[in-house]
Amino acid sequence: MPVIIGVLILIFFIAYVIPADPARAWAGPRARPDQVEALRERYHLNDPLYLQIYYYLKNLFLHFDLGISATTHRPVLNDLKAFFPATFELAFFAFLLAVIIGVPLGVISALKRNKLIDHFSRVISLVGVSTPLFWSALLLQFLLYFKLGWLPAFGRLSVEIHRFTGFILLDSVLNRNWVAFTDGFKRLILPSVTLAFYTMGYLVRITRGSMLEVLESEYVTMAKAKGLPERIIYYRHALKNAIIPPITVLGINFGWLLAGTVLLETIFAWPGMGRYAAGSIIQVDLPAIVGYTMVVALVMIISNLIVDIAYSIIDPRVRVGGKLQ
Amino acid sequence: MKSPPFIMLSSRYRILKKRLHPLTKEFGLTLYVLRKSLLAMIGASIVFIFIFIAIFGSLISPYDPNEIDISFRFYAPTREHPLGTDKLGRDVFSRILCGARYSIRAGLVVLAIAVPAGIVLGGIAGLLGGWIDEVIMRITDVFLSFPPLILAMAFSAALGPSLFNAMMALSLVWWPLYTRLVRGQALAVRETLYVEAAISKGASRWTLIFRHILPNCLSPILVTFTLDMGWVITAAAALSFLGFGAQPPLSEWGRMVTDGRIYLFQAWWVSMFPGLAIALTVLGFNLLGDGIRDALDPKLRRITEVKWKEKIRF
Repeated sequence: MPVIIGVLILIFFIAYVIPADPARAWAGPRARPDQVEALRERYHLNDPLYLQIYYYLKNLFLHFDLGISATTHRPVLNDLKAFFPATFELAFFAFLLAVIIGVPLGVISALKRNKLIDHFSRVISLVGVSTPLFWSALLLQFLLYFKLGWLPAFGRLSVEIHRFTGFILLDSVLNRNWVAFTDGFKRLILPSVTLAFYTMGYLVRITRGSMLEVLESEYVTMAKAKGLPERIIYYRHALKNAIIPPITVLGINFGWLLAGTVLLETIFAWPGMGRYAAGSIIQVDLPAIVGYTMVVALVMIISNLIVDIAYSIIDPRVRVGGKLQ
Repeated sequence: MKSPPFIMLSSRYRILKKRLHPLTKEFGLTLYVLRKSLLAMIGASIVFIFIFIAIFGSLISPYDPNEIDISFRFYAPTREHPLGTDKLGRDVFSRILCGARYSIRAGLVVLAIAVPAGIVLGGIAGLLGGWIDEVIMRITDVFLSFPPLILAMAFSAALGPSLFNAMMALSLVWWPLYTRLVRGQALAVRETLYVEAAISKGASRWTLIFRHILPNCLSPILVTFTLDMGWVITAAAALSFLGFGAQPPLSEWGRMVTDGRIYLFQAWWVSMFPGLAIALTVLGFNLLGDGIRDALDPKLRRITEVKWKEKIRF
């Protein structure tokens, strides 16, 4: 909660130092001065910073209202609700892919240190963290869509289906529309693979490093001396301890995934929050920007919470109330 | 193992060994470990090549990066134009060479602001403690709880889109990382035995900070600095890509990618090569940073130190 308030103050502070006059931008070039003034009054732009924050918080907590977007003229909450599922779907699949591939690759890489597979996965992860997201997205678009024609590269769905939840894959299953399902899935592949590649690279590095450290520890030597089978040593003793740093990194990384969606949604014409945010920043649409940051802050808090819960499941020291070193 | 430069180095050390300052000794060992790592050397070469291009790029570029010639529009890579031409007939290769300086400069400027700010604030927080520590760390938490790129986008939009403002925005979001790093390091070093010994010897506060605590915080900062150069360069390019950074006709790499994006299927070389340049630069900094981290890692270091001492016969 203090973090949300802090982020809110920060964003309002940013909005406050904007040299451009937002009211003039929203009213359009041909607006009369009194219309601009009316807009200013309506959005409390003449009031000092602390009053603006007060009005915003009052609306948020009393009416659960994030204000009205100055460019789309719809409530920001509705806009975000409409765009959130697309972004979540993208980020979630990328996250899943990164975990499914990244963690095992890091573990194998550490177990087979300096073997061929280790070099291979290190190269992959290095390339992954070094390649700018927007460039690898364009590269994949060019190769897989334009040159080879394997996968579609723009948009989210080409057929109309009834939206129950806004999550395409879920909705098409609920509609029993398998054409829509395959279409939505195919369109999801390119953006989520691009996003996953980046996160995966980082994850492999962290997992490998942490696994190597654990393998050198005394309790692994002890387990080996006891004559336990390798499988049990690696998966029960080593992995359980080695998995903690990657989980921490994943929690932080979810925020980077969200930042990545801003870039990818622009490139893949993906109708999500990231594109909405990029657009509203260009248009100085303050209510939309603040609303978006609120959602991101909320997602970050939830992901941190999940990380904490995961700690307590894996590490008994956390469960009994001790502190993680 | 016995390469000629190394023999020269070792003979020099043999002459100097009596007068060798401990810091010089450590530095020599670090360099030795670095030289043994092939990947680190590849990274260092890439970094040096790009720094060279950043400094002399405009002198060695075959064409003027902003020379417009519509008749040469979208020429595919040929011998005259090794990486093709863009929508205004400008030579992509020349533009990439001249654009290196913007990326390298962005990385250096952002970190030149963020790192000292982080060292000062983190040092204050870690050494003074109390409510100052509380205030600084809570502000840091607010920044760190949020994806830096999104924050930087908002800042640079607020300041107005230009490369300079993008750099300022990135510095504004990058310092908390170093504040936390330095604070943690300062807290750890403060508790060590050698600091206690220095205090008991009656060392003044400034001697403590500048001779004992700061030098021992430096190696993680150096590693993070090198790895972060890559991150900052990517972030600056991403801001430019989204239109919050460099504006045309500046040949900044991120800007070139976004300008060429519309013509991707018509002329791939316009956006692909500048992106490749970013990727290579970042790869170089990552390799070098990994190498430095390994070289400064005490465990790996002790193993090599024995060999090193044998070589220079301490």
